[in-house]
Amino acid sequence: MTDLSATQGAGRPWGRIALRWGLYVLLGLFALYYLIPLFVMVTTSLKSLEEIRSGSLIALPREVTFDAWTKAWANACTGIQCEGLRPYFWNSVFMAVPAVMISTVVGAMNGYVVAQWRFRGANVIFSLLLFGCFIPFQVVLLPMAKMLGILGVAGTIPGLIMVHVIYGIGFTTLFFRNYYVTIPVELVKAAKIDGAGFFRIFFSIFLPLSLPIIVVSVIWQFTQIWNDFLFGVSFSQAGTQPITVALNNIVNSTTGVKEYNVDMAAAIIAALPTLVVYVVAGKYFIRGLTAGSVKG
Amino acid sequence: MAPILDIQNLYKAYGQTEILKDINVSIEKGDFLVLVGPSGCGKSTLLNCIAGLEPITGGQLNIAGLDMTNVSPKDRNIAMVFQSYALYPTMSVAKNITFGMQVRGVDKATQEKKLAEVARQLQIEKLLSRKPSQLSGGQRQRVAMGRALVRDPALFLFDEPLSNLDAKLRVEMRTEIKRLHQDLHASMVYVTHDQIEAMTLATKIVVMKDGVIQQIGTPAEIYRTPANLFVADFMGSPAMNLIPAKVHQDGNARRIEITRDGEAPLVLTDRRGLDLPQDVIIGLRPEDITDPASRQGDAIEIADCMVDVVEPAGADTYVVSRLGGKEVTARLQAETDVRPGARASFAFDLAKASYFEPKSGIRLS
Ligand SMILES: Nc1ncnc2c1ncn2[C@@H]1O[C@H](COP(=O)(O)OP(=O)(O)O)[C@@H](O)[C@H]1O
Ligand SMILES: [Mg+2]
Repeated sequence: MTDLSATQGAGRPWGRIALRWGLYVLLGLFALYYLIPLFVMVTTSLKSLEEIRSGSLIALPREVTFDAWTKAWANACTGIQCEGLRPYFWNSVFMAVPAVMISTVVGAMNGYVVAQWRFRGANVIFSLLLFGCFIPFQVVLLPMAKMLGILGVAGTIPGLIMVHVIYGIGFTTLFFRNYYVTIPVELVKAAKIDGAGFFRIFFSIFLPLSLPIIVVSVIWQFTQIWNDFLFGVSFSQAGTQPITVALNNIVNSTTGVKEYNVDMAAAIIAALPTLVVYVVAGKYFIRGLTAGSVKG
Repeated sequence: MAPILDIQNLYKAYGQTEILKDINVSIEKGDFLVLVGPSGCGKSTLLNCIAGLEPITGGQLNIAGLDMTNVSPKDRNIAMVFQSYALYPTMSVAKNITFGMQVRGVDKATQEKKLAEVARQLQIEKLLSRKPSQLSGGQRQRVAMGRALVRDPALFLFDEPLSNLDAKLRVEMRTEIKRLHQDLHASMVYVTHDQIEAMTLATKIVVMKDGVIQQIGTPAEIYRTPANLFVADFMGSPAMNLIPAKVHQDGNARRIEITRDGEAPLVLTDRRGLDLPQDVIIGLRPEDITDPASRQGDAIEIADCMVDVVEPAGADTYVVSRLGGKEVTARLQAETDVRPGARASFAFDLAKASYFEPKSGIRLS
């Protein structure tokens, strides 16, 4: 007995250390697997075309140059125009920022109503909104095009904003509703007796509680809307295309030599805002997803 | 003067389910009404109806003589304290207390004055800048009370305000609420499932079960003359002994015969000349079955019983015997020499006995 426990006592730390290292190596491999494409993109975007042609794909640049970035930003050609990504980047900003804000505000209101003001048919309405989350993009393309035409916003940025708001409300409502159902209904009752009405209760009591879930909603919506290609390509026209569509055009429309460094720089520029949002607010994202909102 | 609260034939249903049936209660200014009953019997629902947080399905509800049918909670001149305290989590204690005044547009100076007054009254001056999450349960309770007090309403509503506190704190706060009631001469409606809380606080008790009022009365009335078996069993701890018995008429006296296992039946005589049927359930509180030495009088019947269990409880000793197929608890003095498994002599105070109809459970006479 004593022998056995002694050997176990000695064996256990070694086993644990080996396991720990095995785990790290495995995780490291996974991380590498995900980081290699980014590495290749960044290094390629910093090389000259000469170097790309002559050197190896994974080699570091011998001579760092930002020419490709300047070109991608300001004068790469998307079809016949050669203004780079810049105008389209701003198109995306003007589309994504209002769409994210509107869909988050509407989602917060919806969630508040569905979770805390349980009117007749609240569950049916919530189920329908939820169902909206599962409708594939392709299904709504034609009806949406028709609607935009009727409303006179086809091919405009406000039109795109509308599409993204409508498509996003299902998700944002779900986020806020699930957050607000954990708040005891007695809070609303107390506020009603204190004399506060529907909006007063929302702005004075619920909104100040909502930072974690607002972050979730903003990150989710921003990522969805910024990265969207299908709605962008379907409902925009020459001057109003979002950056994803422009990126596609740059990569596909170059005649003659393929400028890999410009393509890579353009791709990174297009992806940068979502990356920034994650880095800045990612911590709150996890916290918001797991938050049990209120105690006391 | 019109009653502060007057409820007549109130009904409340959620869809098809009737939660409250034909509620009739009224209280005068300064009354402390306690609604007591088991969980799920509709106490909170009734309180919410009074507050206007739930619409009523039928009947009439008046506060201070005014019909409340179309009056919203904020205009009912009430304040409410909730079981979960319902403090606004992002606001400081001071803000929690003044929020109502702020919504109503009370000027800053008055707000400050009232806040200081209430904070002193409840001894929470040092907590005013804290958030609810930085408070203990008892402190949160005080803040919730402060929010109600600052309104100075015609009627206070409490929904199980002490049930989230530990036992010691609960007793302390109970006393404090009682003192508050006395100092303010306030009118209160208080919901609890704890019958001791009900007995100690109330000037008037409403006992409810399944949405129906079982009895309304002062604590003494409820305790001494319960209206039915449910009330008899629910109010009082340890519970009233409810023993099946047969009644024999003997002139003006009634001989109450209680069966015993393997022994001659126990026979007690009630000389009050009550009109009783042959089969009854006799109700005797534990303190009405006691040491023969400690109780004298015409109505005292002395009898020997077999002792099953002896439970010392500090101030008293509870002794359990089997009578009429039931465990019967007697309350003796702490230093009794009664031993389990032996016979002992008990004094039954028949003047305090209640009788119930076995089938319907209704009180007889
Ligand atoms: N909003 C509601 N919808 C449907 N049934 C309800 C609702 N609120 C309470 N009830 C039901 O009403 C009954 C009484 O509830 P309640 O008044 O909370 O009881 P108590 O406070 O006495 O424990 C319970 O059976 C409960 O399930
Ligand atoms: Mg309740």
